[in-house]
Amino acid sequence: MLKVNNLYAGVEGNEILNGINLEVNAGEVHAIMGPNGSGKSTLASVIAGKEEFEITEGSIEFDGENLEETSPEERAHKGIFLSFQYPVEIPGVSVTNFMKTAINESRKARGFEDMPANQMLKLIREKSELLEIDRKFLSRSLNEGFSGGEKKRNEIFQMAMLEPKLAILDETDSGLDIDALRIVANGVNKLRSKDNAILVITHYQRLLEYIVPDFVHVLHEGKIVKSGTKELALELEEKGYDWLKNESVV
Amino acid sequence: MDLKDKLVSSFLAFENNVDVDHPVHDIRSEAIKNFELKGFPDKKQEAWKYTSLNALKKIDFSIFPKHIDALEYKDVKRYFLHEIDTYKIVFIDGVYSSFLSETTHDGVDICLMSAALSKPMYKQIIDVYFNKVASKEESLTTLNTAFSKEGAYIYIPKNKIPKKPIEILHFATGNEATLLLQPRNLIIAEENAELQIIERHQSLTSNEILTNSVTEIFAAKNAIVDYYKVQNDLKNASLIDNTYISQKGNSTVKVHTFSFGGKLTRNNLNYYQNGEYIDSTMKGVTILGEKQHVDHHTLVHHREPNCESHQDYKGIYGEKSVGVFNGKIIVDKIAQKTNAFQQNNNILISDKATINTKPQLEIFADDVKCSHGCTIGQLDEEALFYLQTRGIPKKEAAALLMYAFANNVLESVRIPELKMRINKLIANKLGVQLGFDL
Repeated sequence: MLKVNNLYAGVEGNEILNGINLEVNAGEVHAIMGPNGSGKSTLASVIAGKEEFEITEGSIEFDGENLEETSPEERAHKGIFLSFQYPVEIPGVSVTNFMKTAINESRKARGFEDMPANQMLKLIREKSELLEIDRKFLSRSLNEGFSGGEKKRNEIFQMAMLEPKLAILDETDSGLDIDALRIVANGVNKLRSKDNAILVITHYQRLLEYIVPDFVHVLHEGKIVKSGTKELALELEEKGYDWLKNESVV
Repeated sequence: MDLKDKLVSSFLAFENNVDVDHPVHDIRSEAIKNFELKGFPDKKQEAWKYTSLNALKKIDFSIFPKHIDALEYKDVKRYFLHEIDTYKIVFIDGVYSSFLSETTHDGVDICLMSAALSKPMYKQIIDVYFNKVASKEESLTTLNTAFSKEGAYIYIPKNKIPKKPIEILHFATGNEATLLLQPRNLIIAEENAELQIIERHQSLTSNEILTNSVTEIFAAKNAIVDYYKVQNDLKNASLIDNTYISQKGNSTVKVHTFSFGGKLTRNNLNYYQNGEYIDSTMKGVTILGEKQHVDHHTLVHHREPNCESHQDYKGIYGEKSVGVFNGKIIVDKIAQKTNAFQQNNNILISDKATINTKPQLEIFADDVKCSHGCTIGQLDEEALFYLQTRGIPKKEAAALLMYAFANNVLESVRIPELKMRINKLIANKLGVQLGFDL
């Protein structure tokens, strides 16, 4: 589904990603771990199409298609979703209206009519139950005055509504207490299927206890220095990142 | 002949059509003298530094339209807030249209200035209020005063609330190649009275139109006045709006100004507080493109203790448009415990757009809370990216962010249908269809 080939990217001449290779197939959950500043969030943003970053070498392919000239909204229409570490507040636009706009823009891009109102309501009801989201929450302005936990839950609610093929969760666990983390992880797990894939980006192993990955990759200085199965995450938790840094020097 | 000379000499012709024995005519005569002395303001004056009337002064405006065209309601329906029932005071090329209007004398007076100036039953009120808060010095205001004859007259007695909002609409038809309009409005809310007004100047022609309007508002104790100015005119229409407000204790006067259209718009909004526990609120959303120019000049004069003023103006400027915000707050020595807040936030979405923003605070009392803030920025790239990753195209994403930016001001619009209308105007102005009514 996703193929990242020898990817070099940076901003204004500063290279942040230094030759990333990554392949994610349908049905898989991959975790990208790494210390602060290793390039985790940059990788997430580059896959989602953030224009600020310049790709200097390599490529990103999604379903066999090179994404080089593809805008973030077109990537979204193709089925790529990014859950933000810091979701943006949009005063005056309710969660419901925002979702209507997002869903109908995607439908328009795919040549479908707007989703009928009753179908939209049904979908919203179904997905908000999945994330244990209160009705009142849906009429509030998007992310405005939301707690950290509410923002993250709202991100996963959007993921549930948009049903992406590839969901990238950038530090979804940060700022969550244990109950909120469980609800969010539960939601994500219910959305897992053989047809979609999830890329979990996290600093800590904690989230991976709830969203269990098939593969774990360790990012350091813009490069994947080690890949393995879920046991690698435990090893990292125990030893920290320093032993890997040393290894990469050798 | 330049426009000033033409206006001054036209005053003699004007006198043939009004009652020169009415006391108001002495006020007019004084006013024309002041205008003759001062003429049009120019850029050398601090208050007109960023707004030039030179181009307008070169136009040979017709001052007295010769004849009027009847307008069919169906052709102008969209300019009314037709979703709800309203009182309507409608003018076509400066002349009252009884056909399009719906006035009343049922417990309240919602009618015409020409009637108030000619009928004896209004004389006492005219004596007390007419030209009592409007400036006798400012040249454009005195120009209007000199030619004051027609406009809206609204008198709400003690404890009364009109059944529905009042719309004041001025249409310009293009019967004349050019036209100068000078409406004069007088609005009085007595103790505990409450009213809502929507004012709109609408040109229906590509001909040059200049409106120099003066509105006086008097709010007695506990009165509440909600005034909405919808400025979405065609591109050869210019407006100089001079609004003067006098408030007594515990009254609230809120003016919302939505500026989306027109060629040149100057809003002179002046509040004078004459009592305690007054709330003076002015809010605005300005969204401009092309070479449009909007200048907001506000003044709040705090003259008694324990009062508040709130100013919140948001501006979005594209293409080669120019915005000006000048907010003056005066707090007299006696006006202790004043709370005066002023906020002006701007987004420039084009390299060629300009905003000039200036707070002007003159505070003579020592126990006050005054704050002001001006910001000029661009759209937040991270927020744009966020919306794009949800599948919302960049243009629509930008529009959503601009809408969110202006939202604070929209939230306080108390007529839901008007709010909806403004939302639609904003979406139109931003050139987007968002799939839902914002």
